[in-house]
Amino acid sequence: MGNAFMKPLRDVGIVGYGAYVPRYRLPAAEVARVWRGGEDVLPITEKAVPGLDEDTVTISLEAARNALARAEIDPSEIRAVWVGSESHPYAVKPTSTIVAAAIGAVPNTQAGDWEFACKAGTEALQAGIGFVGSGMAHYALVIGADTAQGRPSDALEYTAAAGGAAFIVGPREESLAYFEGSYSFVTDTPDFFRRPNQHYPQHGSRFTGEPAYFKHVLSAGRHLMDELGYTAKDYTAAVFHQPNNKFPERAGKVLGFKPEQMKTGLLVDKIGNTYAGASMLGLTAVLDEAQPGDHILVVSFGSGAGSDAFSLIVTEPIRERQRKARLTTQYIAQRTEIDYATYVRFRRKLHMH
Amino acid sequence: MRDVSIIAIGQTKVDEHWGKSLRHLAADAILAALAEANPGRIDALYVGNMISGEVAGQEHLGALIADFVGLRGVEAVKVEAACGSGAAAVRLGYAAVAGGLCDFVIAAGVEKMTDANGGEVTAALALAADGDYETSQGLSFVSINALLMRRYMYEFGVKHEDFAGFAVNAHKNAIGNPNAMFPYPVTAQAFAKARMIADPINLLDSSPIGDGAAAVVLCPTEMARQFTEKPVRVMASAIATDSVALHDRHDPMALQAAYLSVQRAYSLAKITPGDIDLFETHDAFTIMAALELEACGFAQRGQGTRLAQAGEIGIDGRIPVSTMGGLKGRGHPVGATGVYQIVELVQQLRGEAGVNQVKDCRIGMAQNIGGSGATVVTHILERIG
Amino acid sequence: MRIPRHWRLQDQRYRMVGEVCDNCGEKLFPPRDICPECSKPACTPYTFNGRGEVYSYSTIYQAPEGFEEFVPYTVALVKLDEGPMITAQLTDVEAAEVRIGMPVEMVTRRMLEEGEDGLIIYGYKFRPALAATA
Repeated sequence: MGNAFMKPLRDVGIVGYGAYVPRYRLPAAEVARVWRGGEDVLPITEKAVPGLDEDTVTISLEAARNALARAEIDPSEIRAVWVGSESHPYAVKPTSTIVAAAIGAVPNTQAGDWEFACKAGTEALQAGIGFVGSGMAHYALVIGADTAQGRPSDALEYTAAAGGAAFIVGPREESLAYFEGSYSFVTDTPDFFRRPNQHYPQHGSRFTGEPAYFKHVLSAGRHLMDELGYTAKDYTAAVFHQPNNKFPERAGKVLGFKPEQMKTGLLVDKIGNTYAGASMLGLTAVLDEAQPGDHILVVSFGSGAGSDAFSLIVTEPIRERQRKARLTTQYIAQRTEIDYATYVRFRRKLHMH
Repeated sequence: MRDVSIIAIGQTKVDEHWGKSLRHLAADAILAALAEANPGRIDALYVGNMISGEVAGQEHLGALIADFVGLRGVEAVKVEAACGSGAAAVRLGYAAVAGGLCDFVIAAGVEKMTDANGGEVTAALALAADGDYETSQGLSFVSINALLMRRYMYEFGVKHEDFAGFAVNAHKNAIGNPNAMFPYPVTAQAFAKARMIADPINLLDSSPIGDGAAAVVLCPTEMARQFTEKPVRVMASAIATDSVALHDRHDPMALQAAYLSVQRAYSLAKITPGDIDLFETHDAFTIMAALELEACGFAQRGQGTRLAQAGEIGIDGRIPVSTMGGLKGRGHPVGATGVYQIVELVQQLRGEAGVNQVKDCRIGMAQNIGGSGATVVTHILERIG
Repeated sequence: MRIPRHWRLQDQRYRMVGEVCDNCGEKLFPPRDICPECSKPACTPYTFNGRGEVYSYSTIYQAPEGFEEFVPYTVALVKLDEGPMITAQLTDVEAAEVRIGMPVEMVTRRMLEEGEDGLIIYGYKFRPALAATA
C-alpha cells in the first residue's frame, strides 16, 4: 500500500473559513404530520430550507465572504475557486465562476465545479491542499454547499437540507489551523445516485448504512489515524459526515470517540443534512470554538462512494480570526419556522413531478 | 416666435375598446378634431404614445397614423416621454407653429393597452423606470409610487385616508364626463378598504388601464378665428426633466421637474398660481396629485393632501382639479393622457364642460408627468374667444 | 434572453462597484461617469461596503411579469452609508418587521430567472443587518 496518506511537499492549512446556513426551518414533525399521520421515528429535529432567492451560488458566496473576512487577504491573490455540490444551479456553467467574479478573484484564477454527492466539498479541499501544497498557488478557495431536494414522502425528506462552508487554503505560516495529513478512501458503491433528468435521487435504503457510510467513514478515519499514529483520545474534536443523528454518533463511537468530542461538530439535528456542506460546516463550528493546539479529525462521506479524512492542528491566529465573521451557531440560531406548505412553495416542488 | 392657439379638439371615450385597433382609435380622435375645424392643409402630425411596440406590436406611429387618416406624405413622428408622451407631442406641435416652421399641426395621443394581459402591460409601463437599476429589482410603477407615498406619510405625518379626497373628487367629476372610463362615485370608505396592490397603494389610489385617443389642431393665433369662434391660446408650454430613477433624485419628496417646468410656464405666461382657474393634474396615483400641487405652488411641502380634505379641489373650489375625472376617473391611456388633459382644458375654457363647468374660467393649466417625475410637461391655456 | 446586458452589470450587481468623483469626492452608485453634483468626469471605481438604512419600502402583492412567484415581496429605497440611494428588494425579513431607518446589509441573491431554461441573474438585495460577529 505504501504511504497511503497524503501530505504535500510544503505544509498548508486554513487561512480563513466561513459558514452559511439559511434561516428557514422545517421541523421533521411537520413532515411526519403530512406523510405519516404524525407517527414516525424522527431522524432529526428540523432542517434548514433555502429561501426563494437562495441557491448553491448564493450560499457559497456568503460562506466565501465570511472566509475572506477571517483570512483578510486580497481576493485577487486566490488562484482557485472550487465549489463542490450536488445542486449546482446550472448543469453546464460553473457555480465557481459566479462565486469567483462576485468575490473579485477573477480573472487570474482557476475555477471549476466538483461533484461527489455529499463529499464534493471535501473533494475540492483535497485538491486545494495539493494545489497550494505543490506551490502552484498561494491561496485556494474551496467550498462545499448544497440545496438538497428530498423526494416527498421519502425518508430523506426529513433531512435533505441547505447550507455551505468555505475554506481558504494557504501556507501553514498564515493558517489558523494546518493539515498534518489527509486521506481518501474510494470504491464504486452505488448507494445513492441521480440520473440527469430526474429531480430526485434514488437510494438503496439500508444499503446506504454498512456497505456505504460506515465502510468508508470507518476505513478512512481508522487509516488516517493509524498512519499518523493517533487514537481517538489524541483528538480534541471529531467531525463526521452527518446525514442524520444516528450514523455519526455510531461511527464516532466505533472509532473510540466520546460524545463530548463530537458534540460541537454535530449540527444535523438542528439544520439537517447539508450534503456537500455537512462535514465542512461541522468543521467551521469546531473552529469557531477552537483553541490553539486543538487537534481535529474530519471525515466526510459522499455516496458513490468515498470518504475524505483530514487531521488538523489549530494554531495561534485562531484567536483573533474566529470573531471576524459570523459564527456557525449564529446562523443556526437565526431561525424562522415554516410549515410543509411553505416548504413545498420554497422548494418549488409544485413545478416538479 | 408666433402666438399659437388650439382651434379644434377630438377625443374617444376611454374604455376597453376590444373592437378598435390602435390606428382606428387614433383616427377616431383625429377625424373628430378635423370635423370641428379643418384648415384644409395639415403641415405636421405628432403622435404621442408610450407602449405601442410592446403591447400592440407596432412602432413607427407617425407615418402609420398619418397615412391612415388621409395625411400620407405629411411630416409625422411618434413622440415618446413615457406617460408624458401626449403633452410632449402637443409641446412639439406648439414649437413647430411658434417657430414658424408649420402653420397647421395636429398633436394626437393614442394608447391601446388592452391587447395584452395585465402582467404584460405592467411590465411595459415599467419601461419608464430605470431598467438596469429599478425595474430589474422587481419594481413596477405602482411600487415606485408606493415608495414615494410611504416616505411621504412618514415625513409629513399623513395617513393613507388623507389621500381619499383626490379619488373621491376625480370620480365625482367623471360622472359628468361622457368620455370617462369610470363614471361612478367612490366613497372615502371604499377608498380605505380597496385591495392592496403595493402597500400603501391600493386599487383606488391608482388610475386604470384603458384604451383611448385624443387630438388637438394648432395654428398661429392670428389665423385661428378663420376656423373657430372659440380659439384657446397657448400661453405657455414647458418641459423639464429629472433623474429617471427615483433613487437618484436630490430630494425624492419634491417633484423637481414639475417645479422647473411650471416655473418656466408661469414665467412665460407672466402669471402666478393664483391666476390659475383650474388644474388638470397627473393623478396617476393619489401621491402624484399631492406632490404636483405642492410643486406648482398650490400647497406647502407636505401639505398637498390638505387641499383634498378641505374640498378645495372641487369644481366650485379654490383650485378645481381633474375637472373631467382626471387620470383616475376619466382614465389613463398612458401616451394619450397628456392630450386628453389639453382637450379637457379647452372644453372648460370654451364653456363646453356641461355639469362639470368651472364658472368663469379664463386660464387653465395641465401638467403631464412621465415616469415617477422624470419628464414633466406643463401647458397653460387662455380663453380668448 | 438579454445576456450581454446582464453580463455588463455584473460588477454593480455582484460587488456594488460604483464610482467616486475625483473632483468633489461624491460617491456614485450606480456609476454614471459624469458627476451629477459638479458635472466633472467621475470614472474612478469605488466599491461600496453594502451597508445602509431603509429610506422607504413597499410590499408588492401584484407583481410585474417574471416576479409573480415571489409575491409578496418587499422593495425598498436604501440609503447607503456612503451617500447614494439605491432601489433593491429586501430579503430574509417579514413585511411587518420593516421600518424606515432600519439598518440593512447587502447580500447576493437570485434576482430573477429568464424562464426555466434561461439565465439566472444574481444581484444585490438587502436584509436587516445582523450582528457582525459574536
